[in-house]
Amino acid sequence: MRSIKTAYVLLIYVLLYLPIGVLILYSFNASKFSTEWKGFTLMWYEKLSSNDGLIEAALHSLNIALFSSLLATLIGTLGAVALFRHRFLGKKFLESMVYILIVSPEIVMGISLLMLFSAAQMPMGFWTLLIAHITLCVPFVIVTVASRLANFDQSVIEAAKDLGAEEFTLFYKVVLPMIAPSVIAGFLLSFTLSLDDVIISFFVTGPGYEILPLKIYSMVRVGVKPEINALCTIMFVLTIFVVLLSQYLLKEKR
Amino acid sequence: MKLSRFARFSIALLFVWIVLFAFLPQIMVLIASVLSKGATDFILFEPTVQNYARLFDPIYLQIFVDSLVLASVTTLLCLIIAFPFAATLARAPKAWRPLLLILVIIPFWTSSLVRTYALIALLKTKGLINAALLFLGIIDAPLELMYTQVAVFIGMVYTLLPFMILPLYAALEKIDVRLIEAASDLGAGFWSRLMRITIPLSLSGIIAGSMLVFLPALGMFYIPDLLGGAKNLIIGSFIRNQFLTFRDWPFGAAASMLLSLMMLLMVALYAYAQRRERA
Amino acid sequence: MTQPLLSLRNIQKTYNGIDVLRGFYLEIQQGEFLTLLGPSGCGKTTVLRLIGGFEGSDGGEIVMDGVRINDLPPHERTVNTVFQSYALFPHMDVFENVAFGLRMKKLGEAQIQSAVAEALEMVQLGAHERKRPSQLSGGQQQRVAIARAVVNKPRILLLDESLSALDYKLRKQMQIELKTLQRRLGITFLFVTHDQEEALSMSDRIVVMHEGRIEQVGTPKEIYEEPKTLFVANFIGEANTFTCNLIEQRQGEVLLGYEGRTFCVKTTKTPSARLTLLIRPEDLRVERRLEDVKSPNYFEAVLEQVIYKGTTIDLLLRLDNAREIMASEFYNEDSDALLYQEGERLYLYWVDGWEVLLDEAE
Repeated sequence: MRSIKTAYVLLIYVLLYLPIGVLILYSFNASKFSTEWKGFTLMWYEKLSSNDGLIEAALHSLNIALFSSLLATLIGTLGAVALFRHRFLGKKFLESMVYILIVSPEIVMGISLLMLFSAAQMPMGFWTLLIAHITLCVPFVIVTVASRLANFDQSVIEAAKDLGAEEFTLFYKVVLPMIAPSVIAGFLLSFTLSLDDVIISFFVTGPGYEILPLKIYSMVRVGVKPEINALCTIMFVLTIFVVLLSQYLLKEKR
Repeated sequence: MKLSRFARFSIALLFVWIVLFAFLPQIMVLIASVLSKGATDFILFEPTVQNYARLFDPIYLQIFVDSLVLASVTTLLCLIIAFPFAATLARAPKAWRPLLLILVIIPFWTSSLVRTYALIALLKTKGLINAALLFLGIIDAPLELMYTQVAVFIGMVYTLLPFMILPLYAALEKIDVRLIEAASDLGAGFWSRLMRITIPLSLSGIIAGSMLVFLPALGMFYIPDLLGGAKNLIIGSFIRNQFLTFRDWPFGAAASMLLSLMMLLMVALYAYAQRRERA
Repeated sequence: MTQPLLSLRNIQKTYNGIDVLRGFYLEIQQGEFLTLLGPSGCGKTTVLRLIGGFEGSDGGEIVMDGVRINDLPPHERTVNTVFQSYALFPHMDVFENVAFGLRMKKLGEAQIQSAVAEALEMVQLGAHERKRPSQLSGGQQQRVAIARAVVNKPRILLLDESLSALDYKLRKQMQIELKTLQRRLGITFLFVTHDQEEALSMSDRIVVMHEGRIEQVGTPKEIYEEPKTLFVANFIGEANTFTCNLIEQRQGEVLLGYEGRTFCVKTTKTPSARLTLLIRPEDLRVERRLEDVKSPNYFEAVLEQVIYKGTTIDLLLRLDNAREIMASEFYNEDSDALLYQEGERLYLYWVDGWEVLLDEAE
């Protein structure tokens, strides 16, 4: 029984990683179309480096991901701490909205923001993407930080207050250092969510500001180019690096 | 107690953001769904229930039924695949569990589009699966996997599987192993233990996982697009088409409301299951 | 002797390279209340889990009614367990918890109804059928756990530290209830505990375990009054122990030397050169004057502390060699013990034959 279970778990892991592994392998394959291994090459990476469109889209994506996750982390962290510390009118509403936004299908958010931006006559591009991505990420930051706050020793806050700390000092000197790992986790989660998002971006993007997932999407639909393999490999290595770094940082803090 | 300026700032920031960019747009969708489509403008301010009535037109109904079937089967497949996997992980040696979980999460932190693209490399006629099957002599002509229903299922399950594994794992790990032993002690064999103890006690995890698979599966239009060759329309692609191709926003808004309604139903179901578990 | 209900023969069990049980033998008789007693980590719970089927042994045989059951999974064994934490199913009410085993046996609904009702009546929980375990007190949960196991009429009921989560008073009450229940049902009970008082008050026989081995098997009286090893003597009850030298062996008695003092003790054994003299605190008599001492075997000691304990008064004394010695007397209002001054020199002796001589030195 035990060996069957182990074999099953291994099989699932292999299947989870198989496509990515194949992709990475193909990014070094000299053959353009067939699956046959025609020898090692860095040709696709070279081609990628001269594909300005792809590079630009990747930079746009990183830009949006960086700014939206920074702002989402700010709004989400302040919000989570306020939700945890205070009672106020509309608290229940905010909490419900956070959970609903997490489970609601992305397309619902996508078209609703499309309607909003059109009604406000905002041109689609950097700003609309930024707002959309922040809205996507804030709820995830809130739940990440809130889960940390839930295991938080209230007496520490009371002690700090007792010692005369006013609200902002309390947040900056006491609360923030204690929740720092979850703030970092929230930031990283936001960063990858933003980098990964296809559906919401699809509705709020404009021709002036193309981002990578949508660029890949359009490229894949017209035909597969091996540079994409190379680009995906770079992105995969980048995410692995970010995940490992975050794990390391979180462990350090603990 | 009066809130400090800092607290008021924090609350106002979140409140304004949520109202402006999440709540208000949803209200706009709701309103649009009962208005009419204009010839030049997207929306005319003439109230109607026509948009909802049209959803029941056989042509559209077929899309919704197909989409629901696709999402249900995807959810069921994910559940069947993920349950034994999560159960084994939840009983793995404690020191290994964080690593085993990270290994599940790593592909999940990679762009889902990248992973879908990677699947194409596997599934296409000259892809690796066909090459392997041909090499092993299991088939003698390559299978047409791309642009089939099977490819769509593979893509959906592959993309959404972690969303099922994680909540299931969280629920299964919480089950006290002594409850399983107690059931065994009282004469329950493998299936009885599974049906009467393990599944009822992980019900909230099962519902949470199903929710996290089912809802995105209704909306993730790019997977049927890329793997099914746009032959399968799902609710997501339908909504997208209404908004971006046919420019019939009220109709698309009505379909979006339908999706939101389904989400609310599932959230309510989950809340109910959790309350029952705690009681 | 008749065939034992269950025998463990030469059981080996290793966890991560550490032997938990080594060559373990045990026989359980039909209808007895047998207790495995020992400190935590002595392997007693492992014995229970092996019998319950939750663990496999690394060697040896488990035989029930003459049939080897080593390889039977728990659900095919005719034993039931009352778990330490009760392990009640949180998603089922009290009735369904108790009915679980019967449902697994696919009994008819009417039969289940009456059997569960009877079991719940027996543990006085008839009125709580529809409650969830979380709505019950610790003592009530304990009773549900017992009813859930007993309703299946197991050949052996295994109880794993089943009372340790209860508070003192409730534990005392449950001890009596359990014992009564066992007599009434005639089911064999195998009880595991680290609480010697619990073991002494409930058991027909006690198995004292230490580091995966049996130290002594016997009735509570035998275990308490005639401990066979130093470990048993120290683990069960309080004991004053003195390591003595054998000076001379005579017909039916020995002469022992302890710190310049000689004791004459009756024994038929042939003791080794160094041995331990064991005297329970309650067997020591205390006198102020040497002429009141009614035995040639006595100690002289300085009183350090008088500890009032309600039913007894404990005297903590110190011998000249700085060794502590404890004597306890039943409290009565005009007891001399209350008048002793701390710092006073007192004489301690014991009635001949109440001492225990152990063939090992500390």
